[in-house]
Amino acid sequence: MDYSQFLTMHAELSLLVVITILFIADLFMCGDKKCGKGVYNTCLPVVLLTLHTVLNLCPCCGQCCSESVSAFGGMYQHTAMMTVMKSVLNVGTIIVFLMAHKWLSREENLIKQGEFYLLTLFTLFGMYLMISSGHFLVFFIGLETASIPLAALVAFDKQRYESAEAGAKFILIALFSSGLLLYGISMIYGATGTLYFDEVMQHWGTNGNANIAVLGLLLFITGMGFKISLVPFHLWTADTYEGAPTVVTGYLSVISKGAAAFTLLTVLIKVFACCAFVATWDWAFFWIIVASITIANLFAVRQKNLKRFMAFSAISQAGYLILGVMDGTAQGMTALVFYLLVYMVANLGAFAVISVVEQSSGKVGMDDYNGLYHTNPKLAFLMTLCLFSLAGIPPFAGFFSKFFVFMAAFNAGHPWLVLIALINTVISLYYYLLIVKAMYIQPNETPIACFKSDGYTRVALALCTLGVVVLGICGVAYNHIDALSYGLDTVARCCQGCGQ
Amino acid sequence: MNFLSIFVLIPLVMLLGLWLARGVNQVRGVMVAGSTALLALAIYLTVDFLAERAAGNTAEMLYTASFDWIAPLKIKYSVGVDGISVAMLLLSAIIVFTGTFASWRLQPLTKEYFLWFTLLSMGVFGFFISVDMFAMFMFYEIALIPMYLLIGVWGSGRKEYAAMKLTLMLMGGSAFLMCGIFGIFYGAGGASMNILDIAHHTGGCRPIAVGEQCIWFPLTFVGFGVLGALFPFHTWSPDGHASAPTAVSMLHAGVLMKLGGYGCFRIAMYLMPEAANQLGWIFLILTSISVVYGAFSACVQTDLKYINAYSSVSHCGLVLFAILMMNHVAATGAVLQMLSHGLMTALFFALIGMIYGRTHTRDIRELAGLMRIMPFLAVCYVIAGLANLGLPGLSGFVAEMTIFVGSFSNEGAFYTTLTIIACTSIVITAVYILRLVGKILYGTCTNEHHLALTDATWDERFAVVCLIISVAGLGLAPWWISDMIGTGTGPIIDVIQSAVALNPFH
Repeated sequence: MDYSQFLTMHAELSLLVVITILFIADLFMCGDKKCGKGVYNTCLPVVLLTLHTVLNLCPCCGQCCSESVSAFGGMYQHTAMMTVMKSVLNVGTIIVFLMAHKWLSREENLIKQGEFYLLTLFTLFGMYLMISSGHFLVFFIGLETASIPLAALVAFDKQRYESAEAGAKFILIALFSSGLLLYGISMIYGATGTLYFDEVMQHWGTNGNANIAVLGLLLFITGMGFKISLVPFHLWTADTYEGAPTVVTGYLSVISKGAAAFTLLTVLIKVFACCAFVATWDWAFFWIIVASITIANLFAVRQKNLKRFMAFSAISQAGYLILGVMDGTAQGMTALVFYLLVYMVANLGAFAVISVVEQSSGKVGMDDYNGLYHTNPKLAFLMTLCLFSLAGIPPFAGFFSKFFVFMAAFNAGHPWLVLIALINTVISLYYYLLIVKAMYIQPNETPIACFKSDGYTRVALALCTLGVVVLGICGVAYNHIDALSYGLDTVARCCQGCGQ
Repeated sequence: MNFLSIFVLIPLVMLLGLWLARGVNQVRGVMVAGSTALLALAIYLTVDFLAERAAGNTAEMLYTASFDWIAPLKIKYSVGVDGISVAMLLLSAIIVFTGTFASWRLQPLTKEYFLWFTLLSMGVFGFFISVDMFAMFMFYEIALIPMYLLIGVWGSGRKEYAAMKLTLMLMGGSAFLMCGIFGIFYGAGGASMNILDIAHHTGGCRPIAVGEQCIWFPLTFVGFGVLGALFPFHTWSPDGHASAPTAVSMLHAGVLMKLGGYGCFRIAMYLMPEAANQLGWIFLILTSISVVYGAFSACVQTDLKYINAYSSVSHCGLVLFAILMMNHVAATGAVLQMLSHGLMTALFFALIGMIYGRTHTRDIRELAGLMRIMPFLAVCYVIAGLANLGLPGLSGFVAEMTIFVGSFSNEGAFYTTLTIIACTSIVITAVYILRLVGKILYGTCTNEHHLALTDATWDERFAVVCLIISVAGLGLAPWWISDMIGTGTGPIIDVIQSAVALNPFH
């Protein structure tokens, strides 16, 4: 065996190193200053993860390797785009860690601080595997590694009834959707006799049994639909988001969702690149998108709890995200990754505000935000920027990402879908403006008192704001992502009978 | 760096300055410096533009420049101006300048107010200098969203309802518009977002198929038409204007509603001429309804701002009416009407705001005899009213005359009938303006609280006088500006007229 193959996995391996360092550090340190050991603060994981991101990204920038690399007989496959995606996830995780500081320094969480980082990084490791998988088993292992520790994170405030309940709901749904996914994978295995992505792809058209394979595809989409929380597989979302600690909700709504959406796209391009399948998945996604966007928007309008509200907002955002999957074009992939990046900074910014307000006042109701601008103008202003970005208002990045993702879907030949989605953005603007209205216009007898947020949260907010303002206006990010993206229109479809 | 970009840079610097400013005086200082610089730049641009034209430069757009922005999607930051945009930039600069003075004493949250106000003006200026559809659309939306907070926080009356209604209706319009833009871009081959390229089929663009045009033209036209108060999508306008603070009403009715007409002309009709010929008549009927319906509605209103808002619906309807007539004279008239309506409606809203600030009522049943109490404001109000009803010597006459002469010269009973119907709006306008002036300015004051009120302060006088000078200037010496506008509308109308298409009324 050639051990240099391990080098292709450098991203995963270095993440394992980070995890190990944190694990060992956890033995010698604790968050409580009084316990006599070293102080375990947020700096260590943040610095390590930043280092990891930079090291990962550097070789990629230098070479611009757009061709795919595979190792271990095709079990592990890697493209430059995946490095970008992993770095995006890393940045999101760093922001989440920064946000978590205040919550983790509460007395009941101090001893669990190390656990939080480890669990989070293990889910991140799972997502890495999922993204770079070249075999359905690796993919499945990655998926499970990404979801099971997440359930522990959701139930992190285990003394709180809602948190425990949310954890239980999450793990049950995760298992159920994994079951569906496995069933779909077994169908594909039944149709083709292999689980390697490349081999599965080569089987279509020669000896693939189309009907059973289509069923496999649909079950695969269903399983992923649960992870991305698309309608009609979204029912767990609101309760879990509400019950989970706010920081974890932020992580769930962005990182976990983003990794799943990207993997969905890459696997579809890799495995189901046959015309018949493309038609099927386009048809399925058409209705899933329409349902996700519309239903989630209508539900979001009525929410009074900000975390539930963000849950429905996240469902509809996932619908927009999946617009990039339509037809599996390279333009769609760029739009999807860019959308994710922008959505990540905007959504995490909003969650950072929600979290810091919750930590200092314990309030998460929308009515509690009435008059926030008059007591905490800066926080309210940042929240406004993030909400405007989520709603797709220029000059903030959200406008650009929405424009690009709509453009990709339009170019893929779905103008009416784009029109429906566009009309839905008006509804979404309505409910985002409700929060803005609460903060600026509504009077309040007992507004949230003026408070100072801690340094880590400020750094997180600054990063998010920077992203929201700069990412769109400077087209650099999009241009770089576009140089690395690939799709069915740039990669040859390897099936016969398609005529392409 | 092209010098047109300074129109966007100045508001950006102003935003930065406002952010750093401490205290009301610094905020005012930044606003005055910035808006003066914008006005000076606009005047310089006009003079230089006229000199270029006089020197024989006949290019369609002058001062063009283009930079790659998002290369994979062919999106560029392209700027350029023709006669229409120069006129609009001048108008915007005047309104922003006077608007600053009209909101001189605004309380509370002065700084935030001017931040959003400046963002709005940045959107407006950016829109008029852009020739790339993406940049244009982006600036268009930048101009829309600050309205929500400007009305919602600093407005009066049913401000929350009005702000939400206005924002959602305009954003609904821009949803259609975005779809229309995609349709145009991909219909023309997806090679360029530049308007000139698409219109002249250069830079890799091909003509858009007529069948596709007939889908995207209505979407685009309605998208911009919502902002241009196209019947039946005008309902945001009365509520929005009535609730907005003074300077915002000025900017909104004076400039923002012009974005609609400008966009309809520059994007919808210019880029899809066949569809414009084929489907224009539907919108022509709608705009005729706007013109007459707006005027009639104004007659029965009792709130000063509602009267003016419906009057704006009528006058902006006339802009769309004129461009849909698709001939040179009417199109020039349309742009003149944009200018004229922008100036006089800003004047009107400024005066209404000043009167409201003193009497705390806008109900015409409670106002009377203001001429004795605040003679300066009352006289200016009469001037604004006369400009509105089209008195020769003021701007309204020039614009409406040009429009009706142009539209009447179109052959066909359909056009003639519609012109005659639209002409009746002049009479109706005279009815409500004269009644209004008679009611609130003359007669005896019945409310003794009003007797103690004072006349305009220096900042108010300054704003009003600037606007009156512009209105009178346009009315007395229209030729230099109408020639300039003619060089801008000419090429567009040529493209539209040369399009071969099935027009049921030609």
